[in-house]
Amino acid sequence: MTTPHPSVAPPADSAGWLRTGHTRHEAAFRALCKLAIALPLCLLVVLGGSLVVEAWPRLGASFVTSYPSRFAESAGILPALVGTALLMGLTALFAIPLGVGAAVYLEEYAQKTRWSALLELNITTLAGVPSILYGLLGLELFVRVMDLGRSLVAGAATLALLLLPMLITVSREALRTVPRELREACFALGADRAATLRRVVLPMCMPGVLTGIILSLSRAIGETAPLITIGALGYVAFLPTSLGSAFTALPIQIFNWVSRPQAAFRANAAAAIVVLLVLMLLMNGVALWLRKRLQKRITG
Amino acid sequence: MPPTPHPGEGDAHEALDPDAVSSRPPPRVRPVVERTTPTAGTEAAPVDKMRAEGLRAWFGAHEALHGITLPVRANAVTAIIGPSGCGKSTFVRCCNRMHEVVPGARVAGSVLLGDTDVYDRRVNPVRLRRLVGMVFQKPNPFPTMSIRDNVLAGLRLNGLRPSDPAAVVERALRQAALWDEVKDVLPRSGASLSGGQQQRLCIARALALEPEVLLMDEPCSALDPVATAKIEELLHELRTRYCIVIVTHNMQQAARVADYTAFLFQGDLVEYDRTDVLFTRPRERRTEDYITGRFG
Amino acid sequence: MALDPLSDVRAAALASTHAPDLRAPRSLRERAVGALLAGAAAVSVLTTIGIVVVLVREAASFFAEISPARFLLDGEWTPLFADKHFGIWPLVAGTLLTTGIAIAVALPLGLLAAIYLSELASDRVRRWVKPALELLAGVPTVVYGYLALSFITPGLQHVVPGLAGFNALGAGIAMGVMILPLIASLSEDALYAVPAALREGAYALGATKLGAVFRVVVPAAASGIGAAAILGVARAVGETMIVAIAAGQQPRLTLDPRVPVETMTAYIAQVSLGDTPHGTLEYRTIFAVGLALFLLTLALNVLSHRLRRRLKGAAA
Repeated sequence: MTTPHPSVAPPADSAGWLRTGHTRHEAAFRALCKLAIALPLCLLVVLGGSLVVEAWPRLGASFVTSYPSRFAESAGILPALVGTALLMGLTALFAIPLGVGAAVYLEEYAQKTRWSALLELNITTLAGVPSILYGLLGLELFVRVMDLGRSLVAGAATLALLLLPMLITVSREALRTVPRELREACFALGADRAATLRRVVLPMCMPGVLTGIILSLSRAIGETAPLITIGALGYVAFLPTSLGSAFTALPIQIFNWVSRPQAAFRANAAAAIVVLLVLMLLMNGVALWLRKRLQKRITG
Repeated sequence: MPPTPHPGEGDAHEALDPDAVSSRPPPRVRPVVERTTPTAGTEAAPVDKMRAEGLRAWFGAHEALHGITLPVRANAVTAIIGPSGCGKSTFVRCCNRMHEVVPGARVAGSVLLGDTDVYDRRVNPVRLRRLVGMVFQKPNPFPTMSIRDNVLAGLRLNGLRPSDPAAVVERALRQAALWDEVKDVLPRSGASLSGGQQQRLCIARALALEPEVLLMDEPCSALDPVATAKIEELLHELRTRYCIVIVTHNMQQAARVADYTAFLFQGDLVEYDRTDVLFTRPRERRTEDYITGRFG
Repeated sequence: MALDPLSDVRAAALASTHAPDLRAPRSLRERAVGALLAGAAAVSVLTTIGIVVVLVREAASFFAEISPARFLLDGEWTPLFADKHFGIWPLVAGTLLTTGIAIAVALPLGLLAAIYLSELASDRVRRWVKPALELLAGVPTVVYGYLALSFITPGLQHVVPGLAGFNALGAGIAMGVMILPLIASLSEDALYAVPAALREGAYALGATKLGAVFRVVVPAAASGIGAAAILGVARAVGETMIVAIAAGQQPRLTLDPRVPVETMTAYIAQVSLGDTPHGTLEYRTIFAVGLALFLLTLALNVLSHRLRRRLKGAAA
């Protein structure tokens, strides 16, 4: 496409030929590339702007402290917000031990056997399973077989399974940053693996693991499809009283409002989206801050 | 029955196993020329603290040691010299069973500590390593711990609670000739020290466990000459109390610090003798070539 | 060995370490910790097994009533109506249509972005652009759904005549923006993995930067870029919220991007939202559709994985 094609023999005016660049092609291509990057980003900025404009009238204290309502103007997201907070807490409770534990097992314990190869393959496979299918698993396993009902705990368990592949991957990456020499130093001091892990490996990779956990949770906070499948409610006019309570969550509330034809509810959806995005940004911010702080503590 | 080393793949991501069970076929002791009695034996007969018998080691299918029989005398420094890749490091890593934590690595033969074969199936390698301490090529203090905690790390990792930790720290640091330099900054991170100080911290860390044998795998190769001199000086003091094995690629260093020296070449023990004898009247041609700088 | 004054450490605490005690078994704690961690790892395997078992079991009871032939040969999908038809193809068509649009958006843009970031951009630009693209990937899909329905589709209605309020086009474009970062970052990895020696070889032959990129680097990274595209397809096929919100809920066998369609995922969401009683045929349809979706995404993921492995093998 752009390769120069001079005749094989050197041109008569070789000095002049040397000076002719092919920069025009390259400049055009660079512009095209920049456009390709700018287009989606601009789209997002414009859409984000319209979103905020649409949401603005609804964003106020009462929006966060009210229950949903048939009247868009007085509806709020209190149950959704509380539901999301509880859901995330429970999900973290289930997912962190499993995810970090599996990562530690794979990095520190598993020898290269068929079993560990199977585990690897399995994690790759799980990462590619659409989230709605985790919802079907949760619906059968947690809601029906374990009879947890359409409850907070069933929702959290489902989200925890969904998070596992990502958590395992980020935790393994963090574990791999701990140099092998330090493990050897521990072993040479007569430590077993458990002590090596607790005293040296885990303290060292903690910033990475924590950051990974928070980033994973910030992904989970926006997950909608599996919660819909296990039957989170779109209209909840009460706060959850126990782990077995029916619940709603922010993304479910958003979906519920988006699905209504009235424009006033669209504005509510926009406002709820702004809240959700702010929560996500906060979590990301905390993750970055934590990583910086903990890293400083280690090297300082 | 010759052992069949399984083809190992040195995958960097494979987990280290501190107590890999060494499946150990009966040792096939190669006809090693017994050359373990130092020639000039005017003093009282030295005591063997450790003794390798027909020690063979593999990385995957590659045999790194071909049957080493070598004594390690008590209260003395034994140096292991030889060109790169001759198996020096592998040898010391076999003495505290660190060799086998590398995936695909295997050992045959035996290493006696006192009368216990450390490769006995019933020996717990994790326990062994408390008795046989090790200092690595690159200083590797634990970066998340303070200087003080680094010294205590060995005890803590083993779940031990000394009655007077401050005394343990001071004693180990004094033994490692580091106390005067760090006594005022004990809560600082171990990573804040210079390379030579870090290496002495690692020595202190090993000494805090009061090991019976201290293995040092080229402890000065990452250090500058001043730091190296400090560590050599330290070895002089430690030899009265500990049994030390030091691997070095630096023959002058061996001549300076060691009472006994073993020359390894391509996985075989070529010659072992008192250091002064080995360096002045080597019996083997290959030893002479090596120490006079003709190869390696 | 000489005893020294501070030997209380040794006497009190290390006494147990002397020769006879070398023969201690692996400590109980060590074994317990290992077993616990292995258990945690096993949960991920159980999850996969659980998904397969649930899908296969419910789908089996579905196929006990509705023959696979009706599932595969009928051209209509109306299990919730009085006149029931169980042909999967309208849902597959909806899925392929939205996915096709998404890939048509994401692949060229993502590839250009990857080439720019890997071959042309300065480090400073890269430091800014990469996190920005990752931000795109982090936006929850329900938000993309809202954007597609409320802004993209109304905007497109000015340009595309006859565009319905719910349509494959708007949803597909939003989905394209969503998977773009994935394709860009995986393609960039593939381009980055091409050895510098190949580029230098091309330069030494008098190739321009672009010549080297298009004749040497991109072809060398082709299987990696292919893997990225396939993974993008798999992601789009499995995406639920965007299509459930913006593409409509009308299963129809069409490739017209202007009309409402329904994807496999959107159907599952639709039935889950209603109160279809457990154990009915309608309820089981979602598992049959789920199984089809699982097999489709699994095939795509395996294909992508293979391609990436081949790339790794070639680079090594």
